Amino acid sequence: MLYLHIPFCKQACHYCDFHFSTSLRQKGALVDALIREMELRNDYLSERVLSSVYFGGGTPSLLDEMELAAIFKAIEQHFQLEPQAEITLEANPDDLSIEKLKSLRDSPVNRLSIGIQSFAEVDLRSMNRAHQAHEARACIENALKMGFDDFSIDLIYGSPSTSDAQWLENLRIAFDYPLPHLSAYCLTVEPRTALAHQVKTGQALPVDENQATRQFNTLMVEAEKAGFEHYEISNFAQPGRYARHNTNYWRGKPYLGLGPSAHSFDGHSRQWNLANNARYIQLLENTQAEKLPASGLYEIEKLSPAQRYNEQVMTSLRTQWGLDWKLIEPQFQAHFLQSAQEFLASKHLVQEGQTYRLSREGRFLADHIAAELFYLG
Amino acid sequence: MKNIRNFCVIAHIDHGKSTLSDRLLEHTKTIDKRNMVDQTLDNMDLERERGITIKSHAIQMLYNHSDGQRYTFNMIDTPGHVDFSYEVSRSIAACEGALLLVDATQGIQAQTISNLYLAIEHDLEIIPVLNKVDMESAMIDEVADQVIDLIGCKREDILLASGKTGIGIDDIMTAIVNRIPAPKGDPEAPLQALIFDSVFNSFRGVIAYFRVLNGRLKKGDKVKFFHTANEYEADEVGILQLNLIPQQQLEAGNVGYIITGIKESKEIKVGDTITTYANPCPEAIKGFEDVKPMVFAGIFPIDNDDFEDLRDSLEKLQLNDASLVFEPETSVALGFGFRCGFLGMLHLEIIQERLSREFNMEVITTVPNVSYYATNTQSERFMVRTPVDLPDPNYLRTVEEPYIRAQIITKPDYIGSIMTLCMEKRGILTRQSYLTTTRVELTFEMPLGEIVFDFYDRLKSISRGYASFDYQMIDYRASDLVKLDIKLNGDNVDALCALVHRTKAEAFGRRICQRLKELLPRQQFVIAIQAAIGAKIIARETISAMRKDVTAKCYGGDISRKRKLLEKQKEGKKKMRQIGSVEVPQKAFLEVLKLNE
Repeated sequence: MLYLHIPFCKQACHYCDFHFSTSLRQKGALVDALIREMELRNDYLSERVLSSVYFGGGTPSLLDEMELAAIFKAIEQHFQLEPQAEITLEANPDDLSIEKLKSLRDSPVNRLSIGIQSFAEVDLRSMNRAHQAHEARACIENALKMGFDDFSIDLIYGSPSTSDAQWLENLRIAFDYPLPHLSAYCLTVEPRTALAHQVKTGQALPVDENQATRQFNTLMVEAEKAGFEHYEISNFAQPGRYARHNTNYWRGKPYLGLGPSAHSFDGHSRQWNLANNARYIQLLENTQAEKLPASGLYEIEKLSPAQRYNEQVMTSLRTQWGLDWKLIEPQFQAHFLQSAQEFLASKHLVQEGQTYRLSREGRFLADHIAAELFYLG
Repeated sequence: MKNIRNFCVIAHIDHGKSTLSDRLLEHTKTIDKRNMVDQTLDNMDLERERGITIKSHAIQMLYNHSDGQRYTFNMIDTPGHVDFSYEVSRSIAACEGALLLVDATQGIQAQTISNLYLAIEHDLEIIPVLNKVDMESAMIDEVADQVIDLIGCKREDILLASGKTGIGIDDIMTAIVNRIPAPKGDPEAPLQALIFDSVFNSFRGVIAYFRVLNGRLKKGDKVKFFHTANEYEADEVGILQLNLIPQQQLEAGNVGYIITGIKESKEIKVGDTITTYANPCPEAIKGFEDVKPMVFAGIFPIDNDDFEDLRDSLEKLQLNDASLVFEPETSVALGFGFRCGFLGMLHLEIIQERLSREFNMEVITTVPNVSYYATNTQSERFMVRTPVDLPDPNYLRTVEEPYIRAQIITKPDYIGSIMTLCMEKRGILTRQSYLTTTRVELTFEMPLGEIVFDFYDRLKSISRGYASFDYQMIDYRASDLVKLDIKLNGDNVDALCALVHRTKAEAFGRRICQRLKELLPRQQFVIAIQAAIGAKIIARETISAMRKDVTAKCYGGDISRKRKLLEKQKEGKKKMRQIGSVEVPQKAFLEVLKLNE
C-alpha cells in the first residue's frame, strides 16, 4: 500500500485540518521531492508489490499530466503494481473537466474519490468549497461519460447549513447515479481550523448532536434501501465495491506514506513526516539515504502490544467484519471479554461465534465503546 | 526590672511592621546588617511571600540610651489577621506598651482598630507611629487626625517614621524608654508566667514563649501548666534573640522561652499559666480560652493512595499549629480523607497552601462550613461539624449557627454596595460611624457561615480593595437552616451536602445543579441532577444521554491520533469517582465548589 500526500488546495475549506498550502508555487518542487522520498524509502515495506496506491490531500486533482506521469514513472521504477491494483485519486469537482477526466483515464488511475460534500449551494458556501452545486452533478455525469465506473463520492452531514430535508435530497441525488461507493462524514469541528474559530467567536453554530444523530440514521436507512453495505462507520459500498486501500488500514496492513504530513506503518511502529512543504522540499534536496533517520523528516512511535491491541479494537469494530477474538494477542483476550460484557448486555455489541461487531445502535457510540475496551498498561 | 520595656507592634498587613522591626533590630545591633534578610521576624517562607505574620514571635534587644543606661526591649510580634485574634490578645497581655503603626499613605484599617481596642482594654501605653512618611503619597495630617480621633492623643505624641529609610527610629527608641512603663511584679512571689506563643522545633520539641508576671523561673524547676494540669521539668530556660540564649533564671517582668521536652504543640495552650510545682501561684492569669475551630472542611487526597501521606503531612503541620484539628472522614464521593477544623478562612487557606508547598500534597477541599448546634426532638443539643451529620428534618427541632460582629472600614462611596452585600449575607447593621469625613466604620451582626465562602472576594471587588474587614464571634443563634442534598440519579453526593438558610436554598441548589451540568460528561444514560431538602426536590437539571460519539474519519494518520485521544479519555475515566451509576470526574468536585466564579 502506498499513500501519496499532495499538499495543495485552491482554497481552504473551513472544516479541514489536513496539511495543505493554498500557494501552488512549490508544486513542481514538491513533486520532485516526493519522488526523491520514494527513492530513499522504497525499502520501507517488506515487499515491493503494491496492491493499492492512493493519492490524497490536499487536492491531488491539482497535479497536471506531467507531474502525475513523473510520479507513476517513479512508482514503476521502485515498486511493482499488482495487475488489479486499486489506484485512487482524490479529486475536486471544479478540477474534473472533460479534458482532465480524459487525461486521468489515460493514466494508471482507475478510481476517483470525488469531494462533492453537498449538492446544495448553501452548504458549499458555508464550507468554503471551491466548487458550485451544478459542478457537483456535472462532474459525476462527466466521470461516468468518460468511463470511470469505479468511483466514490464524499458527502458531509451534520452541518448547521444542512437541513434534514436537504440531507435526504443529497442522498437521493447521489443514489440516482450508478454509484458504487459513498463516504459520508459527519462534520467535525477540528481544533485550529477556520470553523473552530467561527464556532468560538459565534460566527458559526457548533454541530448539533441531535441533528447529526438523525442524519446519520437517515444515511443508514437510505443507503440500505439503495442496496449499499454499511461496511465502515463512514463508508458504504455496493456489494464487493469496497475501497480496498482504506479497508486495509482497518485491517492493520502496513503502508508507506510519502509527502509532507504523510503517515507510514510497518506493523510495529507508526511514523509521520513533518508537515511543512518548504522544509520537506529542502530536506529531501539535501539528505542522503543513510542520513534520513536523523534528518528530522519524520518522527517515529513504536507501538507497545497494548497500543496495537487498542488500535485493533478501534479500527476493526468500525467495520462490518468486526473483531475476530482469535486475532487478539492472548494477553489481552481476557481483558477484552471482560470489558465487552457491558456492551453485549446493552446490545451495543453483537457476538457471533468468535466475532464481535457493533450493532446498529453501537455504531452511534463507536468511540466510547472502543475506549472502554482499551487496555491501559 | 525598671530597665525592661515590653511592647508589641499593632499594624495592618503591609503597613510596614516587619520592615520597621528590622530597623529596630539593626539599630540595637541585635543583628548584623550583613546577615539581615529582609523581614527577619517572618521566618516561614509563606509569611515572607505574603508579607504577613502568621505566627507571633518575640525578640529581645539591648538598647544603650542617651541617659547612659542600658535597657532591655522585649518586642512581641503579633499576627495580623482576624483568624488569630485570640493569639493577639495573649501577646498584648504580655506587654505594657504598644507601637501603633499606621501607614501614612493608607490610613487606619479595621484590623488595626480591633487590635488597638484590645491593647487599650489591657491598659497598654500606645505610641502612635506614622510609617512611610517619606513616600510622596503620604497623607500625614489626615492620618494623624484619624489617630487623634481614635485614641485621643496629642498631635505631638505622634511619631513620624520610615522603616525603609530609618527616619524616626531614634525617636521611637526614646519613646519606648520614656513612655512605656517598666513592668511591675513581685520577683519573690510564687511563679506566674503567661504563655503567649509556642513554636515547634524538630530537634528541641515544642518551645513555649512566656512573660513572667511574678516570681522567677529557674532552669531545672519542676513546673506545672495550670489549664492542662501537666507537669514538666524546665530543661532549659532563656531569652530570645535571633537565637535562643539559655539563662539560669528569668525574673518577673522579663520575656523568655522554656523547653520541657514536649513533643506536640497540642500540649501547650496559648494563654495558659506556668507556675512551679513546689510553690504554685494561687490563681491562673485571666483571659485563658481553649480556642475552638470555627470553620470546617473536608480535605481529601486527589489520589486515594495518598491518604497516609496526607495524614503524615497534617500531623506535621499540627506540630507547630495546634489550632489545626482533624479527624478521618469517609466520603462516598471522595473516598478517605479528613475533616479539618480551622480558626477561620485565612487559616484554611494557609493550611491548604502549606500542604501543597511544604508537602507537595494536592488535595480537594470541600465546601467549608461552620460548626452548628442542633437540638433534636428529644431535646438533646449537640454540635454538628459536617452537614451530613445533621439529623433528618423530622427529628430536628432547631439549628443554631455562630454569629459574628463584623467591622468594615471603607470610603463613604462604597457604603451602598457593602450594605447590599452584607444584607444579602443576612447581616444586620448595628452601627455606622464616621472616623473622619472620608472613612466610615460599619458594624454588622451576621452569621459566620455567610462569610466562609464568597464574601471576602466580593467585598474586595465591590470596594475596589478599599474595605478592611474584621470580626469577633458573639454567640450562637437559632436560624432557619436546612440541609441541602445534591443527588445524581437519586444517590446523594455527600461531598456537596451543605447547610444553607431556607430563603437561599433554592438559588444555591440551582447554582450547584447548573454547575454540575456543565462539568459532568454525558453518559450512555440520562443523568438527573437534583437539589433536595429532605424528600422535596427544589432544583433539577438533566444531562441527556450521549447519543453519538464516533469519529468520522479513521484513515492512515487518523488512527494513532484517535487512539491517543481515546486512551487519554480512558485515562481520565480512571480518575472518576463512581456515585451510584454515575461517574464523576474529580475535577468536577474542585470546580463545582468554586461557587463564586
